[in-house]
Amino acid sequence: MADLRLAGIGKSFGAVEILKNINLHIEAGELFVLVGPSGCGKSTLLRMIAGLEQITAGTLEIDGVRMNEVPPARRGIAMVFQSYALYPHMSVRQNMGFALRMAGQGRAEIDAAVTRTAHALQLGSCLDRLPAALSGGQRQRVAIGRAILRDPWVYLFDEPLSNLDAALRVATRIEIAKLKQAMPDRTMIYVTHDQVEAMTLADRIAVLGCKGIAQVGAPLTLYRKPRSEFVARFIGSPAMNLLAGEIVQTGEVTMLRLARGGGSIAALVPTCPGDKGRRVTVGIRPEHMYPTESATHALAARVELVEVLGEVTQLHFAPCRPGGQTVIARLPGIHAGLHGRTLRIAAAPENLHLFAEGRSLLYR
Amino acid sequence: MRVRARHPLRACRAANIAVLVLALVWFIPTLGLLVSSFRERDQILASGWWQAPLAAERTFRVRADAGAAVTEGGRHVIAGNVFANDADAAMPGRVKAFGVSSRAPAAFGTGLRADLVGGGSLSVGADGHYRLESPRAFGESAPTIYVRATMPPRFSLDNYRRVLADDVMVRPFVNTLAVTIPATVLPTVIAAFAAYALAWMEFRGRGFLIAASAGLLVVPLQLAFVPLLKLHQGLGIGQGLVGIWLAHTGFGLPLAVYLLHRAMAGVPRDIIDCARMDGASEVQIFSRIVLPLTYPALAGCATLQFVWVWNDLLVAKVFLPPADGVRVMTVAITDDLLGSHGGDWGMLAAAAFISMALPLLVFFILQRCLLRGLLSKAPEWR
Amino acid sequence: MPPLVMALMSILIGVTGCVGYVYFSNLVLDRVIFPASGQTCARNIGRANLVRPWLFLFPALAGSMLYLVFPFAGAFWRSLFDREGDAFIGFANYRALGADHVFQGALANSLLWVLVVPAAATCLGLIAARLTDRLRWANLARAAIFMPVTMSLVGAALIWKFVYANDADIGLLNAIRATLGAAGPLDVLQIPVWNSFFLMAVLIWTQTGFAMVILSAALRAIPREIIEAAIMDGADATQIFLRIEVPQIKGTITVVWTLVTILVLKVFDLVYAMTGGNFGTQVLPGFMMGVMFRDDGRASAVAMVLMILVLPILAWNIGQARKGGD
Ligand SMILES: Nc1ncnc2c1ncn2[C@@H]1O[C@H](COP(=O)(O)OP(=O)(O)OP(=O)(O)O)[C@@H](O)[C@H]1O
Ligand SMILES: [Mg+2]
Repeated sequence: MADLRLAGIGKSFGAVEILKNINLHIEAGELFVLVGPSGCGKSTLLRMIAGLEQITAGTLEIDGVRMNEVPPARRGIAMVFQSYALYPHMSVRQNMGFALRMAGQGRAEIDAAVTRTAHALQLGSCLDRLPAALSGGQRQRVAIGRAILRDPWVYLFDEPLSNLDAALRVATRIEIAKLKQAMPDRTMIYVTHDQVEAMTLADRIAVLGCKGIAQVGAPLTLYRKPRSEFVARFIGSPAMNLLAGEIVQTGEVTMLRLARGGGSIAALVPTCPGDKGRRVTVGIRPEHMYPTESATHALAARVELVEVLGEVTQLHFAPCRPGGQTVIARLPGIHAGLHGRTLRIAAAPENLHLFAEGRSLLYR
Repeated sequence: MRVRARHPLRACRAANIAVLVLALVWFIPTLGLLVSSFRERDQILASGWWQAPLAAERTFRVRADAGAAVTEGGRHVIAGNVFANDADAAMPGRVKAFGVSSRAPAAFGTGLRADLVGGGSLSVGADGHYRLESPRAFGESAPTIYVRATMPPRFSLDNYRRVLADDVMVRPFVNTLAVTIPATVLPTVIAAFAAYALAWMEFRGRGFLIAASAGLLVVPLQLAFVPLLKLHQGLGIGQGLVGIWLAHTGFGLPLAVYLLHRAMAGVPRDIIDCARMDGASEVQIFSRIVLPLTYPALAGCATLQFVWVWNDLLVAKVFLPPADGVRVMTVAITDDLLGSHGGDWGMLAAAAFISMALPLLVFFILQRCLLRGLLSKAPEWR
Repeated sequence: MPPLVMALMSILIGVTGCVGYVYFSNLVLDRVIFPASGQTCARNIGRANLVRPWLFLFPALAGSMLYLVFPFAGAFWRSLFDREGDAFIGFANYRALGADHVFQGALANSLLWVLVVPAAATCLGLIAARLTDRLRWANLARAAIFMPVTMSLVGAALIWKFVYANDADIGLLNAIRATLGAAGPLDVLQIPVWNSFFLMAVLIWTQTGFAMVILSAALRAIPREIIEAAIMDGADATQIFLRIEVPQIKGTITVVWTLVTILVLKVFDLVYAMTGGNFGTQVLPGFMMGVMFRDDGRASAVAMVLMILVLPILAWNIGQARKGGD
C-alpha cells in the first residue's frame, strides 16, 4: 500500500513560478483525479511525482519515505503518457518487457508475464508488431499494459484518453475503471480535461487553479458545494451561470434580487445580518433551472437559441444588454418552439450558490 | 472569364524546360571528363570531346618506311599503309585526300598520282595503302606523306589501365581509404555521446555549449594548422596517419555534434521520460533508445564526413608528409598528374573518375539516411 | 604496417576506447564513487547525475578544445611573433599584411566567395528542388545535378578545365564561342575579376546538388494540408513557394547555407588546381598556404583575418542555436 503526501510542493522554471505550496494527501488505494485549465501545471505536478521533474520546493513522501531525490525508476511508480510514448523501434513485446529487462529479470520470466498481460488486454495477436502498425486504441492498451507489467504501487495517467475518438474513449474509460476495481490497493493519479472522466472515475478530485489547488474533495462535493467561482465554473457542463445580485434579506435562508431584474429569490445559504445589501454573485447550474409562471422567478429573458439534444433541451437566453452574459438553462425532455419567447426562470433555493469576491459564502 | 482547370502545382512546360536546361548544364561538364577519360592524349588535343563519337576528319603525316624499299624492274618502290601504326591498325579510317608537302597536305584525291619533287610519284588508296615509286634510291630519308582521312570514333580503356597499372592511383586510393575510415567513424562516435548529453541531460552551461557547437562550426580550420603541427611534433606524432586522423576528428566534431544534436533533440521527450521511468540508465537510454531512433542521422552525418574527408586536399597537404608513401588521392592528382604528367588529360580524367567512384556509391546507398539525418524536423513518430 | 591495417586497428582502438570509456566511467561513477545504496543513496544519485553529462561530453570537449579552441588562441599568439617565432613583434604581421597587395586581393576575393557561393548554391538548389519536385523524370534530373557533390574539388577543377580551356579544340566554352563566330580563343581564367566568378561557378556547380537534395526532402516533409489550404486560398504556385514553403523550411535553408559556407572557407583546392592562385584569383586559404612553412607568424595572421571574416556568420549561427535550442 502506498499513500502520497505532498507538503508545500512548488515548482519554478528559472524565475517563472508554475506551482506554489501544493499540499495534498492521497490515500493508498485511491483514484485521485487532477483537473484544471490548460497550462496550469497538471502535467508538471505529475512529472514531479514521477521524478521526471525536479521538485524545487517542499517534500514528496510516498509511503512515508521522502522521495524528492529518488530517481524515477525507484519510486515504485508507472506512468501512462498522453502520447503513449511507445518505443517506435521495438515490437509490442519488447515495449512491454523493457522495464522488466532493465530490472534484470530473466528472459523466460519476462516473456511469460508479457504474454499474460497482453492476452488480458486483447493484445495477444499483435505482440510482434511495431507500434506504427497498431491502431490508436491498441497503442493505448500497450501503454497501459506496459505500466501494469511493472506492477507499481502508484499509477500516473496524464490525459491518457485524449488522443482517442469518442466511442473508444468511453470504452477505455470503463476499462480503466475496471482495472482500478481489480486492484483496489493500488493508488492512481489521473489527469484529465474531461468532466465525465473526472466525475465517473474519481474517488476524489483536486481542481488546480492558478499556481495552487482551488479545492479538493469527492466529485459530488465539488459539484454541490464549490468553494469558489473558479471551481464552480470548472465542474459541470455547461458551466454554471453566474449572475450579479444583491442580498436583500439575511438569515438561514438568504433572499436576493438579481441585478438584471426579476423577483426576489431564496437561497439556502446562511448569511449574517451584516451581509444585507452586499453585492454577490449568484450561481445557478443550467440543469437546476426550470420555467415557471410564478412571480417569484429568478429572471425573465428572451430565448435566443434552442438546442434540442433529445434527452434534454438547452435554452440560451439573450443577455440583458449587448455583450452581457448569456444564461443557459437545461430542461429535461423535448421543448421545441420556444424560440423568441420570453420565459420566467426559477431555481430551488438549495441549488443556489452565493459567491463574494470569488469565494463561496458557504465556506466562511 | 476563363477558368484555369489545371492544378496550380502541376509542373508546366516551362518547368520541364528549365529543369532540362539545368540538368544538361550540370551534366555536360562531367560528361566531357567521362568521354575524355576513354580517349587518348593526342585525340583529346586534336578534337573536342564532343566530337569523339563522330567520325572525325584528321590530317596527319606519315613517314614512309625507307627500310621496306624494294626494287621492282629498276624502280625503287615503297608500299605500305598510312594506318599502319598500332593505334590505327585495329580501326583504320578512310583516306579522303593526300599530299606531298605540308603546304598542300590534301592536294590530291585518292587514286590520283602525285609527283614527287625529286622525281617519282606517290599514290594513296582510300583504304590507306600507298605506293611510292622513284627512279632513284630513297636512302635514309624517305619522303613524308600527308594524309587527310576520316577516322572512326575510337575509345579505349588505356587511360584506366595506365592509371591503375602504374601504381599512380592504387597506392593513393588505399591511403585515402586509410585516412578516411577512421576519420569518419571516430568523430561520429564521439559526437554522438556529446550530442546526447546536450540534448537530454540537464546541467549548467548546456545552452552555452549548444551555442558554442554552432559557433565552432564556422571557425576556419586554417587557424589550427600552425599550432597543431607544432603540437603534433611536440607529441611525437609528427606528420602522418595518426596526426591526420586526429585532425579530421577534431575538425569534424562541431558539425557532427550540431547535426546529431538536432536529430536527438527531435526524439519525443515522452519517450525518453518513459525509458527513465522504466529504469534505464543514461547509458542504456543512449544505446537502446536514442541511438536506434537517430540511426539515419548518424549514417547521414558519417556520409557527409566521409565525403568531405575523402575529397579533402587542404588538411591532407598539411598533416601528411610530402613523401610518396602516404599520399592521398587528391594530393596525387594535383601534384603528380597536374605537375609531371601535366597535359596528359586522359590519364587525369581516368584518375578523377576513380576517385569519384566510392563517394558516389556511398552517397547513393545512404542517400535516404543522409536526407533524414539532415532534415530540420524529425521524421514521423509513433 | 600497411595503412589499411593501421586504419582498421585505429578504428578498433578508437571506437572501443570511446565506447568503453563512456560505459566504464559511468559504471565507476554509479558503483564506486557515488554508489546508489545505503544511507546516502538519494544524495549520491543526485551527485552522480551532476557529473554524468561531463563524462559524455568529455571526448568531444577535449577534441574540440585541442583542435579548435586551443589553436584559435595559439594562432592569435603566434601571429604576434616573427618568422622564426622567437621575437615578439606585436601587430607588425598584420600591418605587413595590410600593405601587401596580394593579400588585399585575396581578402577581397574571399569576401566575394563567402558572399556569392553559399547564396547562389542555396538559391539554385532551392529552385532545382522546387522544379524537380513534381516532374516525372525528376530522379534523372536530380542525379545529374547531384553528381558533382561526390567529386573532390580537384576533380571538379579538372572537369572545368575541359570547359574553360584556352583552345577551341579542348574547351567547350571556346568551342561555343567559335561556332558563334568569335575571333580567337579566350582564356576566361585570365580576365581580371571575372575569372574569380568563373572559379566560383565551379564551386556553385558542385554544391547546388547538395543543397537541392536536402531542400527537396525538406519541401516534401511539409504537410500536404498546408499547401492545399493555400491552394484553397487562391495562391498560385509562385506564391505558395515563396510565402508558404520557403518560410516553412527556413531551418533547413540555414543548415545548408552554413554547410556550404564552411566549404567555401576551405576552398583552397579549387583555386590551387585551376589557376594556382595567379591572375588575381588568390583567396585567403590559398594565400595562407603560400606563406605557411615559410613564415608561420604571417600565416597565423592570415588565419585570424579569416576568422574575423566569418564572425558575422558565427554570431548568426549562435543566435539561431539559441533560438532553436532551449
Ligand atoms: N521545461 C519548461 N520550462 C519552462 N516552462 C515550462 C516547462 N514545462 C512546462 N512549462 C510551463 O509550465 C506550465 C504548465 O505546464 P503543464 O504542461 O504542466 O500544463 P498542463 O496543466 O499539463 O496543461 P495541459 O492541460 O495543456 O496539458 C505551462 O505554462 C508551461 O508553459
Ligand atoms: Mg499536460
